[in-house]
Amino acid sequence: MTPVAAGYKPQVAVHKFASCDGCQLAFLNLGEDLLLLSSLVEFVHFAEAGPVNPEAPVDIAFVEGSISTAKDVERIQLVRARSRFLVTIGACATAGGLQALRNLADGQAWIADIYAIPAYVESLMSSTAVAQHVKVDLELWGCPVSSRQLVAAVRALLFGVAPVEERDKVCMECKRSQIVCVMVAHGLPCMGPVTRTGCGALCPSFGRDCYACYGPAENPNTQALTRRLEGLGIAPAAIGRRFLSINNGAAPFTEAGLRLMHDHD
Amino acid sequence: METGFLPRGRFQGLLDALHRAGYRCFGPQVRDGAIVYAAVSASEDLPQGMRDHQSPGYYRLERTSSLRYFGWANGPQALKPLVFAPHEVLWRARRLPDGGIEFSTEPPSTDKLAVIGVRACDLAALALQDRHFLAAPQSDPHYAARRARLFVVAVHCSDPSDTCFCVSTGDGPQASAGFDLALSELDDGFLVESGTALGAGVAAALELEVVSAEARAAAARQIEAARERQHRRLPSRNLRAALFANLEHPRWEDVAGRCLACGNCTSVCPTCFCHAGIESPGLSGETSMHARAWDSCFTQGHSYINSVTVRSDTRARYRQWLTHKLGSWHEQFGRSGCVGCGRCISWCPVGIDITEEAGAVCAGAADE
Ligand code: SF4
Ligand code: SF4
Ligand code: SF4
Repeated sequence: MTPVAAGYKPQVAVHKFASCDGCQLAFLNLGEDLLLLSSLVEFVHFAEAGPVNPEAPVDIAFVEGSISTAKDVERIQLVRARSRFLVTIGACATAGGLQALRNLADGQAWIADIYAIPAYVESLMSSTAVAQHVKVDLELWGCPVSSRQLVAAVRALLFGVAPVEERDKVCMECKRSQIVCVMVAHGLPCMGPVTRTGCGALCPSFGRDCYACYGPAENPNTQALTRRLEGLGIAPAAIGRRFLSINNGAAPFTEAGLRLMHDHD
Repeated sequence: METGFLPRGRFQGLLDALHRAGYRCFGPQVRDGAIVYAAVSASEDLPQGMRDHQSPGYYRLERTSSLRYFGWANGPQALKPLVFAPHEVLWRARRLPDGGIEFSTEPPSTDKLAVIGVRACDLAALALQDRHFLAAPQSDPHYAARRARLFVVAVHCSDPSDTCFCVSTGDGPQASAGFDLALSELDDGFLVESGTALGAGVAAALELEVVSAEARAAAARQIEAARERQHRRLPSRNLRAALFANLEHPRWEDVAGRCLACGNCTSVCPTCFCHAGIESPGLSGETSMHARAWDSCFTQGHSYINSVTVRSDTRARYRQWLTHKLGSWHEQFGRSGCVGCGRCISWCPVGIDITEEAGAVCAGAADE
């Protein structure tokens, strides 16, 4: 990686796949920094903000959303081919999103239950992470990602250095904020000990247990946490559902969740 | 030095005297179900009648009819967050028009701070942190500034919790050094001792009563009872040889199966001092902020060197925590790094008990 040459404005695209649009808002929510950002990079494609030019070759492509239709499968290849750096933003692009739950169920039956003419729904039977289709250079976890994460990633890429990956458990952030542990002091089934930092321990700071929005931390011990949650009196299927939530498609959570669902069917 | 007796009804006088002497007061308070240190201005802010129930992975408070302010063992914090901040900006850098870089530091507040309710184990831990952060030649200016402003009012422990084992480490339940004032709390008031001239000065302003022989005997009995109540033990001998002779003990694998590698133990431990440097450049690329934040031997980043993670699994990380804290700490500081506060036991979400793990690894090993 090399730093950006003086006078050159890197070209940036923000692409959307199957998602709620919430992660892109982290750009729009930058406030004054959005002006600064637009003076540093050129947004050539960012439909939610205005510019539309999905075909343009870019230096950085931010991808929101999971791959969930046959068209997505083709489109993500084109995005990859036209981008120097591909950065996934959020749980959908990084782990398949909440919609990846259909990978574990009979998606066809769900569609039939809801839509009058299921044949009109052109979706794949799976919702998958971008990395299962093309090479991803950087993954930003979170549901949604925060403006802080985006700024840090853009800044590092402009400097020509590898962005620092946040991989610690939420507990570390919780203690750095001197929050009283909700699991130890209140017996709440907190997912913080297996979840990646990034949110600043938002839920525990309001006395609530962590719901694992930022996906698995490095070296997560899902079995030890499972035993602990069982000890708190949480039913195995309920623990399974906590793993199979926003980041159900992330391997350690898929495994832990399925184990709990199957063991106790 | 014993200076006198402060009747319970006049406890506010101590806070007032400290305020008059220019101190902001911090003391124990109930917040979110635990006892934490926060600003106190009136004696009503203190956790009167509270008692704590602690066991591995468990902490609950109970309100009783007792009049006592300090009838509990401890909360998740010791003095550590007040001297070694969990997160603090050390310096900022700014690019100058001529291409140079200007650095500026952010010294912490030096406003005088009196902390009330400090335990014997907390003082032993403070002494260890002092040695780490203040020992010449690289004394840490941020720690030094926070440390120099402290006035410590210790309270001898009357109610250790189930997780306490300071008797076996030799650090409690009675505070013996490191305080400006120390209190023994009885139902009707406080025996006041001073440990420094500064403390004696504050005590002199309190118009203390003469200590009765009964009060003195009651305070001594209370300490003795607190001592006897503890049942957890860490071998008080130097475990260095035993630990390092057992680096391949199967217990490390066993504990790794239970441990979340979450870092709660090291974060609540009043002697742990590891930290990470965090650089946060501004979006413009013209400024940057360098912060120091608590790290832990349980994180991946802690042993990441030049593209290699030395301790990638929990077995190696837990072993690092125990062999440093109870083993190589002896070479570094002339004593073990454990003061028996029991916090790592209570605040471990899965209730791993350091005394049990150390016992299992060292069982049968020869003494040093
Ligand atoms: S509240 Fe949750 S995230 Fe915070 S320390 Fe406890 S278990 Fe970890
Ligand atoms: S190792 Fe545990 S018991 Fe010992 S001082 Fe640290 S937190 Fe307290
Ligand atoms: S011993 Fe407990 S508190 Fe420490 S890292 Fe392991 S699970 Fe977390």
